Amino acid sequence: MNDYELNLRKDFPILNDDYAYLDNAATSQKPLSVINAVEEYYRTSNANPLRGIYDLSVSATEKYESARLSVKKFINASKKAEIVFTRNATESVNLVAYSYGMSFINEGDEIIVSILEHHSNMLPWQNVAKAKNATLKYLYCDENGVINPSDLEELITDKTALVAITQVSNVIGRTNDIKAFAKIAHEHGAVILCDGAQSVPHMKVDVTDLDVDFLAFSGHKMLAPMGIGVLYGKSELLKKMPPFLYGGEMIESVTVDGATFARIPTKFEAGTVNVGGAVGLEAAINYINNITMDEIVKRENELTEYAINQMRDINHLTVIGSDDPYNHHGIITFDIDDCHPHDVADILGGLGVDVRAGHHCAQPLLKHIGHPVTTRASIAFYNVREDIDRFIDALKGVRRTLGYGE
Amino acid sequence: MENKTIYTEIITDHNVDPYHKHELEGANLILEGVNPSCGDDITLSLKVEDDVVVDGAYQGVGCAISQASADIMLDLVIGKTKEQALRLSELFLNMIRSEITDDELEELEEAGLLKDIAHNPSRTKCAVLGWRTLREMFGVEFEYEEE
Ligand SMILES: Cc1ncc(COP(=O)(O)O)c(C=O)c1O
Repeated sequence: MNDYELNLRKDFPILNDDYAYLDNAATSQKPLSVINAVEEYYRTSNANPLRGIYDLSVSATEKYESARLSVKKFINASKKAEIVFTRNATESVNLVAYSYGMSFINEGDEIIVSILEHHSNMLPWQNVAKAKNATLKYLYCDENGVINPSDLEELITDKTALVAITQVSNVIGRTNDIKAFAKIAHEHGAVILCDGAQSVPHMKVDVTDLDVDFLAFSGHKMLAPMGIGVLYGKSELLKKMPPFLYGGEMIESVTVDGATFARIPTKFEAGTVNVGGAVGLEAAINYINNITMDEIVKRENELTEYAINQMRDINHLTVIGSDDPYNHHGIITFDIDDCHPHDVADILGGLGVDVRAGHHCAQPLLKHIGHPVTTRASIAFYNVREDIDRFIDALKGVRRTLGYGE
Repeated sequence: MENKTIYTEIITDHNVDPYHKHELEGANLILEGVNPSCGDDITLSLKVEDDVVVDGAYQGVGCAISQASADIMLDLVIGKTKEQALRLSELFLNMIRSEITDDELEELEEAGLLKDIAHNPSRTKCAVLGWRTLREMFGVEFEYEEE
């Protein structure tokens, strides 16, 4: 480890040399600056925001809105009102499905969902399709997880109302050309929802450049606390969408007969909001900006390359997806012949290597590519070569441990 | 770091070279057991005559623990009466809940090697799959632990 890495790892109190945390696609670890910001908020500024007139409540409101502004800048949205705070990416997608989907997708319309999707960007659309008698169409990838814009061009029709697609697959790690997909969707009068859960933490995502209508992501995968997520939506769409949850805070005025609703984004933030989480997310964004996204991308690519190059030399091991480490965004999903992923993850876990086993909440994708269950290692910029070395050493012993000789 | 392994040679042998993983001719009880979340899937076949398990086999896919556990179970219950098999399966479930005496553990023979799986809640359902399927074949509903 060089000095830069030693300092970097000091920022993350949970990291130590006893284990290699390689389940970053599931959730990231948190730097001290985030932990401290959340603590500081509860120590000095906590009150119910938006409601109180007194100083503390005003301070909580300011902190919450400051976080919103930081998110807006981070993804280059054109208005602060386009940033809706949610619990996580799953809730963000459900908000769009229940609000936009149930109101603006009609019988006979088509919804296109890519086969790469995490269940959280698939099940809400199955539900809308069923409820509205719309047709669900899947956009399939090739065996390396690639979907070309021309594939969408072939599938889309003028009846397509919405396209739901992830920017980076949480299984294959490959990036989709979202800008091209958005252009095609718009040419056919459809809106596009992009799942940014795996992209926003690992690459520069600019919603204005991509021209997506909705972007969903989770704070906890990008150094922030669990329980805070984001939905970006273009203001002209958010304005015409009905509320998702009803209750306090999201109203303008209420009578016994009904209510008029607050403006966006408050309309979509019913009930007491998660200020501590938002403060943590702002601190996470500051942390990322500080070390720079370029540095994050560079470190994650180098570590992925370092890992994949060695994995290629291990007999009976197959890395799923592209041969090019730069097409993985730190996500390395693999199979070892004859070894069930739960055994693999158990054995690696016993050697201090934390990886994920199973279907990664993407059962239809794994079935499509012919690997129903797999093991996944996922890298973050705070990992170091020593983590990869430990991982590779552990991998080499898996078959022996399971009784398959070398 | 020491790998506190449950993958002892006996367990891996049962997985790599199972004795009872095959079709069973003349089976009169057949039941499939699955763990939906991890994809373990076994089909257990028994030949039961006069309440005695005269033969048994399994087929399926899954992790080493689920497969070895089923194989070991068949070693143990073939030749036993239905009552004895049910009692052994109850002991096994008790073991997984860490509620077993040393004497009872002896009765489980090789199956006792899976005792330490109790410390890893995510793997207990793998170990239990064959046993709960056996119980269900004999009409005993498996009670899932309240989470
Ligand atoms: C691509 C992708 N989409 C959505 C999600 C769901 O994120 P969350 O569970 O934070 O809502 C995940 C995380 O597992 C993911 O990897």
